[in-house]
Amino acid sequence: MLAPSRFRGRRFLLPGAARITMVPALEVAGLDKCFDRLEVLHRVSLVVGPREFVTLLGPSGCGKSTLCNIVAGLIRPDAGTVRLNGASLDGSRGRVAYMQQKDLLLPWRTVLANAVLGMEIQRIPRADARLEAREMLRRFGLEGFEGAYPGLLSGGMRQRVALVRTLLCRRDLLVLDEPFGALDAMTRSAMQGYLLRLREEFGRTVLFITHDIEEAVLLSDRIYVMTARPGRIRAEVPVELPHPRHAADEGVVRTKARLLELLQAEMAGALL
Amino acid sequence: MSAEAGMGGGQGASRPGATARRLSRVWPPAVLLAAFIAAWELGVRAFGVPFYILPSPSRIAGLLVSDQWLLLAQAAVTLEEVLLGFVIAFAVGIVLALLIFSSPTIERAVYPLIIASQTVPVFAIAPLLIVWFGYGMASKIAMAALIVFFPIVVNTVDGLRAADPDMVNLLLILDATPGQVLTKIRIPAALPFVFSGTRIAVATSVIGAVIGEWVGATQGLGFLMIHANAQLHIDLVFAAIVYLSLMALALFASVSLIEWLALPWRRLHTT
Repeated sequence: MLAPSRFRGRRFLLPGAARITMVPALEVAGLDKCFDRLEVLHRVSLVVGPREFVTLLGPSGCGKSTLCNIVAGLIRPDAGTVRLNGASLDGSRGRVAYMQQKDLLLPWRTVLANAVLGMEIQRIPRADARLEAREMLRRFGLEGFEGAYPGLLSGGMRQRVALVRTLLCRRDLLVLDEPFGALDAMTRSAMQGYLLRLREEFGRTVLFITHDIEEAVLLSDRIYVMTARPGRIRAEVPVELPHPRHAADEGVVRTKARLLELLQAEMAGALL
Repeated sequence: MSAEAGMGGGQGASRPGATARRLSRVWPPAVLLAAFIAAWELGVRAFGVPFYILPSPSRIAGLLVSDQWLLLAQAAVTLEEVLLGFVIAFAVGIVLALLIFSSPTIERAVYPLIIASQTVPVFAIAPLLIVWFGYGMASKIAMAALIVFFPIVVNTVDGLRAADPDMVNLLLILDATPGQVLTKIRIPAALPFVFSGTRIAVATSVIGAVIGEWVGATQGLGFLMIHANAQLHIDLVFAAIVYLSLMALALFASVSLIEWLALPWRRLHTT
């Protein structure tokens, strides 16, 4: 199906910048997806600008992961289009870096060998890949663990290795699907710090998926609130707060309250 | 970071404990075996059982020393049959498992037949193999191979299917080729299964070779047993049995050692 023309080259707000027209890094328009008559996504449209950090916030079962799988090229939508840097995705793979809640480290590979997996698939020379991976592992506090097997690492360390592997895929768009969902609060907070630093240093575009309101507010430039069954975009909330943000900041508290309100209205309906 | 400190400390502390734990695993079966042998020895002596009915352990031990060259020579023959049969079955089994895994058509055609073939007792076809391959080594190699084949194929197919689908997806998202998915995910994930199949197979392959030798052979431990049995040389039969079980144990241990060396990441789980 054709994308509505209003999404193409659409104007959108960049953090701290004036309204400018440019090709979005990711443009999803009118996405529908059903599994066995169960409608999972209904007319989902969203835009992620270059170097923007956009979060999809929603309850579990709202089709966030289905959306990620479509963007990653794993499944095809029933209707709608996905464009990466203006080019139609059309079911092709290998164009985004994707990270899930499960770290999916290969247990038979050392930390270093896991980190270079993406580059290996892309046939980047081994020596170059290893050099780059060592440097990135060092930045993420994993120096000295290059030769360790994942079975030996803590959950936080494993997730950092997975993040390094995702970053090293050399893709402009990172799709992070609840990457810290399985971590304890302390580790999660540390990981968020890593992610923010990484953003500043590497300026990647991020589509972040979470059901954690605070996490969304602390990290994002913009938040899409999703509703469940079928998943659709309920609201778009810009977060124009300076970094570093803290949970107790007035702006953060205010945005959290607003998001909670939007989600609660939705949950109330779902619980009936 | 706490995890890092904890890990270093844990490794240092576990080392002396590990040897103690290993010892505690060894002595119960050792004591039981010693008690069994002692009871056997005492029983034979107390009741005056003749050696052509049940030789005493000490008599068997004496024979193991005095007839060692005879036994070793025959054992070498049997071992060669076992190893050759195993290598052939392993090579064919792995290739067939890959074919079964990669093509549903081949799976539907071949898998039921492989499973059905297991209902035919190897003993029943041993005489046929002698007819087809002769009294020499070839028939015993075929027998060992037939026995080894099944666990290797079945375990390898299971292993290839056992890979985490999310890990496979991870590679697909990276636009990996089917070959890359196979070599980087499927095969490494299958290896522990292949090894457990191989461990079972290698111990039972000794049975295959011995059955082949019983039915018709000119050398080997099975041949020696049949002859000794006919002459009521029961102590020699027992000596051959000792060699056969040592051989099976050694093969089992070798596969375990190769597994330990080849899959260093699995060591974390077994300790």
